[in-house]
Amino acid sequence: MTIADTRANTFAQSAVLVADREVRMRLRSKAFIVSSAILLLAVIASIVAGSVFGASAASSVTRVAVVGDSRSFAQIASLDVTEADSVGDAEQLVRAGDVEAAIVPGDGPTGIRILALDEAPAALVQLLSVTPEVSLLEPADQNGSLAYLVGLGFGIVFFMAATLFGTTIAQSVVEEKASRVVEILMSAISARALLAGKVIGNTILAFGQIVLIAAAAIVGLVITGQDALLGDLGPSIVWFVVFFAVGFVLLAAMFASAAALVSRQEDIGSVTTPVMMLVMIPYFLIVFAWDNDLVLTIMSYVPFSAPIGMPMRIYLGTAEWWEPLLSLLVILATTVVVVLLGSRIYSNSLLRTGARVKILDALRG
Amino acid sequence: MLQLDAVTKRFGDRTALDAVSFEVGDGRLTGFVGGNGAGKTTTMRIILGVLAADSGTVRLDGSVLGAADRRRFGYMPEERGLYAKMKVAEQLVYLARLHGLSRRDAEANAAELLERLGLAERADDTVESLSLGNQQRAQIAAALVHSPEVLILDEPFSGLDPMAVETVLAVLHDVAKRGAPVLFSSHQLDVVERLCDDVVVIANGQVRASGSRQKLQDDNAVRQFELLVASDAAWVREMPGITVLDFDGGYALFEADDDEAAQAVLRRALQQGPVASFAPRHRSLAEIFTEVVK
Repeated sequence: MTIADTRANTFAQSAVLVADREVRMRLRSKAFIVSSAILLLAVIASIVAGSVFGASAASSVTRVAVVGDSRSFAQIASLDVTEADSVGDAEQLVRAGDVEAAIVPGDGPTGIRILALDEAPAALVQLLSVTPEVSLLEPADQNGSLAYLVGLGFGIVFFMAATLFGTTIAQSVVEEKASRVVEILMSAISARALLAGKVIGNTILAFGQIVLIAAAAIVGLVITGQDALLGDLGPSIVWFVVFFAVGFVLLAAMFASAAALVSRQEDIGSVTTPVMMLVMIPYFLIVFAWDNDLVLTIMSYVPFSAPIGMPMRIYLGTAEWWEPLLSLLVILATTVVVVLLGSRIYSNSLLRTGARVKILDALRG
Repeated sequence: MLQLDAVTKRFGDRTALDAVSFEVGDGRLTGFVGGNGAGKTTTMRIILGVLAADSGTVRLDGSVLGAADRRRFGYMPEERGLYAKMKVAEQLVYLARLHGLSRRDAEANAAELLERLGLAERADDTVESLSLGNQQRAQIAAALVHSPEVLILDEPFSGLDPMAVETVLAVLHDVAKRGAPVLFSSHQLDVVERLCDDVVVIANGQVRASGSRQKLQDDNAVRQFELLVASDAAWVREMPGITVLDFDGGYALFEADDDEAAQAVLRRALQQGPVASFAPRHRSLAEIFTEVVK
């Protein structure tokens, strides 16, 4: 075995040990377990709720009393028609609560009038209204409001995971500086191995949580019979996962390096805010500009927003096949540069305790 | 043998270490003394590879140190600390494994060390729940858990309770007895004097003296003697070749021009009456230190 091999081995071993500790300590934290469980429950609850409301809206049958010729109404599937002999009888039925509304002859252009107790029955009114025919000249591939929800979903998941685990990694860096254990660590392993282990460990955790959420969402959709949605979403979810993996490494390295500049937990906010902004901007962009092609195209190539922007364009069908690959290359290249700069900042700041280290000093060493 | 050769380190315009060279012999307890800011911690950090030197080399048994060699070093930094929320034994195993030990060896070492330091019962407690004294023991364990072949301790006695000091002393002797080079810095020169085989004195980033403690004391010896007699010793002042430095009734501290002059004082004292004591005075390391760093 050559010396280079031994060194690579040592580096990998050390990084794995560090990552292993990060994961184990986090899984032991009650706060982490509880917040993950709540997030998971929220996802399952929203899917179940969606299915229940969806079902009740689709299968609801309105009970109506009809005076006069009831045959034409009886053909409407969502109406449960009771024949009434007179307007007075129909009114009785409505008042008694036996039916929700009554359709009686009226003087208007429709020739009918609706009797209801205290509120206009909107569903019934809509059912009986005449809707003009609509022809779209440029029909969208996907349903607009659904597209918005998909974008929002990607945005929220990325934003939550990035802030949650970004903060976690920042805290774990500062914990080692604040408790001074970092000097012992650095006498055993290189600062790079320490940084690599932290990034890997937290990426695994973030990934694990997202896979769990995704699995819960998919199982939930299938069980509640909403699996038709899955087919449309599939490719963009796969790309989201790929982009997330690389994008998260980029952010994790930035969070870790930023946190290495300070020595106290109270100071974390001041150095991680700029990084937090980089995570927040794409989130707000997707909320406000999800239907703007130009914004989305730009987002899909900027490394910090690509994990949201590119899967969104894939879902909307506006991305060519090579675009995610190109964007992935851009983000990979950025990640390499940031990790190199970050590990330099990290190595040079770890032993400087006390006042905040200036970023230029940290780069210079 | 650990050898430093012309190790130089600058922080900006300030030269923290200026061509620092010294040796730490196998099995030798070497005390590293110097004032605050003299360069002790910087030197130790460079030995451990935590800091990089601008120039100069650190060698172990003749070959330049690499990362793999340094994993066999034990280090207790001046700034103490462990993971507060990690269990003691778990933490020691983790540190031992970072130094390259297998899980099984790491666990065996940690258990043995905790037993020896009287921490076995607290093995599954978190560090933050330990008393201060036990935290210090855990810190000592952290420096030793991977059975280091070289031991570097930065101010190992500062802030220790007397029991922990004894523990550390015993451990240092043990490690040195196994043939490991041991370097430790200390402000407490009396401890260094009592304990060390060798001494390195550093001031302003320069080594002012290094080598065997005995030799250092001999080299810096002066011909001073203490005499304690039953009667008044005022007559010592009149002896030829004698300068009295301190005098109090039957006690006299004097400097003699040569050994013969000192012997003459002893003979005269015996003629005058009983002599309680007559001895050459060893200068303490503290005195020599003050002189050397000037």
